[in-house]
Amino acid sequence: MDTSLDPATAPGAPVDDVSTRDPSQPVDPRSRDPKSADPKSADPKSPVALFGTDEPLAMDAGVALAPFRIAYQTAGTLNAARTNAVLICHALTGDQHFAHTHPLTGKPGWWETLVGPGKPVDTDRYFVICSNVIGSCMGSTGPASLDPATGRAYGLDFPLVTIRDMVRAQAMLLDRLGIPDLFLCIGGSMGGMQVLQWAASYPERVFAAMPIATGARHSAQNIAFHEVGRQAIMADPAWAEGRYLEEGTRPAKGLGVARMGAHITYLSEPALHRKFGRRFQGGSAPTFSFNADFQIESYLRHQGLSFVERFDANAYLYLTRAMDYFDLAADHGGVLAKAFQGTKTRFCVMSFTSDWLFPTADSRAIVHALNAASAAVAFVEVESDKGHDAFLLDEPVMFNAARGFIDAAARARGL
Amino acid sequence: MTMSRSPSLSPAPWQGIGALPHDDGARIDHLIVLGLVPPNARVLDIGCGDGSLLALLRDRRGVDGRGIELSREGVNACLARGLPVIQGDADTDLENYPDDAFDVVVLSQTIQATRNPRIVLEHLLRIGRQVVISFPNFGHWRVRAELGFRGRMPVTTLMPEAWYETQNIHHCTIRDFVGLCRVVGARIETAQALNARGRPMRFAMPWWVWNLMGAQGVFLLRRGEPDPT
Repeated sequence: MDTSLDPATAPGAPVDDVSTRDPSQPVDPRSRDPKSADPKSADPKSPVALFGTDEPLAMDAGVALAPFRIAYQTAGTLNAARTNAVLICHALTGDQHFAHTHPLTGKPGWWETLVGPGKPVDTDRYFVICSNVIGSCMGSTGPASLDPATGRAYGLDFPLVTIRDMVRAQAMLLDRLGIPDLFLCIGGSMGGMQVLQWAASYPERVFAAMPIATGARHSAQNIAFHEVGRQAIMADPAWAEGRYLEEGTRPAKGLGVARMGAHITYLSEPALHRKFGRRFQGGSAPTFSFNADFQIESYLRHQGLSFVERFDANAYLYLTRAMDYFDLAADHGGVLAKAFQGTKTRFCVMSFTSDWLFPTADSRAIVHALNAASAAVAFVEVESDKGHDAFLLDEPVMFNAARGFIDAAARARGL
Repeated sequence: MTMSRSPSLSPAPWQGIGALPHDDGARIDHLIVLGLVPPNARVLDIGCGDGSLLALLRDRRGVDGRGIELSREGVNACLARGLPVIQGDADTDLENYPDDAFDVVVLSQTIQATRNPRIVLEHLLRIGRQVVISFPNFGHWRVRAELGFRGRMPVTTLMPEAWYETQNIHHCTIRDFVGLCRVVGARIETAQALNARGRPMRFAMPWWVWNLMGAQGVFLLRRGEPDPT
């Protein structure tokens, strides 16, 4: 038990989580960030690691960010040898609540399909960690946090974030938690990018890696979609050049439109057709207006509205940018295989047939590079019509493949 | 094929592979491969199915094995065995492997199902220092009898599907395969014919006998000089 953590002084920390924490690593009890300008991120309802001015985050933008904080969640128990740690890397709009009821939406953890007792990522066997990425808005430092230099929200003064920055911050969190290396690093989409970056930056700290529905670089088409989303936010007068928190406004329209557009890219035409078709929302005839006649319109509007409730617009700008900048090969002289040269990590790469945001060809490029680097790599293309978001959904084939890979890796590690 | 008259094959490669390693339930063709792969080698098994050969090589030879398999069921079975296997296709995925990436590359009962056997074989010789390759012999007497006497495309244990649904699109005989080895400059280190029961034909026989009596051929190849003719 973590004696330093008193739920009374740590209102954000769920009590059931206390027993899972590493006893030797006290968690800073100030889980509430009194300095956040954004009430949404003021209380992440999870433990938070604070890094002071003596422990800056060296960012690719050339900035030493300090102080900063990383909000995270854990499940399971770290074994005595500290060999059973799993890091889950969340996607663009995800957060640390992978297996815990979300404090804002009340929904179940976003990866409870894959992670939990008896699940492929078995919390009865592994100590599972997921941290909110740097630049996000669920308790980790991001553009909505207060800039100590000015006393107001960073806004666009926040340095541009990269995938590598996110991974550096996660590595610092692991150091703080006393975890020398990871048994498994797993994530989908932007989370998969982080997994690849982990394997490239800290190969000796990753025993097994599962990058899912991802790519070693963001494609031109994906950058294009992100740019449309960012322009929608910036075109909203309430965005106020990124200073909306001080203005007391929210670019809800812009962020909602950005989410609507992005959400389409997470699905597939067959999935949309199956779910909505051309069905009308209330009745069987058009209203001859611009109301949400079609169910798909109503669904997208709902997606946009609910997203605005839980996400910060500037954080959306920063995180989409981080994905756009990601090009692992470019960091290694244009040869992706060099990112994995000499790696001992065992990889399992997965893609989904109907994912057109990160199509199978992107995963194959990763696999080919790993082959060229003589890495131990498995690759599975899962048949699914659910599009990119399939990795978050109930996909038995994915679960079976993941279970096979993870169980075998655990045997190899003596777990 | 490029072979016209009976080739002047040196008898040396046709001495057979010798006694099989101790068998406890493993497939005979797998045991033959096991006998050809040196300990601790890096092995790529193309068309590795459920990974039983790779697992055998790993457990008995300490082999660092990789696989390519077309079917998802096969890939999942391999994952469960802890084998790094890629869902992929011999026709399209081999070009991405670097030269000399493996000590041994295994292609078992698959070359006749590839779209371009010559290019596949060239990749095998490029990727692996040694290549173990097995294929059904279309020159086997039963095949000849089916075609010659009944006038029907043969259906055998190794080629179980009818012509209209078989994956096998490039049938060849042992003799044809020897011809392809010359074309691509593969040196035959050892060769072996297996009878219809999958047992090695133990005695050194004239090679045309093998071409007639062997139900499948198993070759151990190494890169050599292409035949200028």
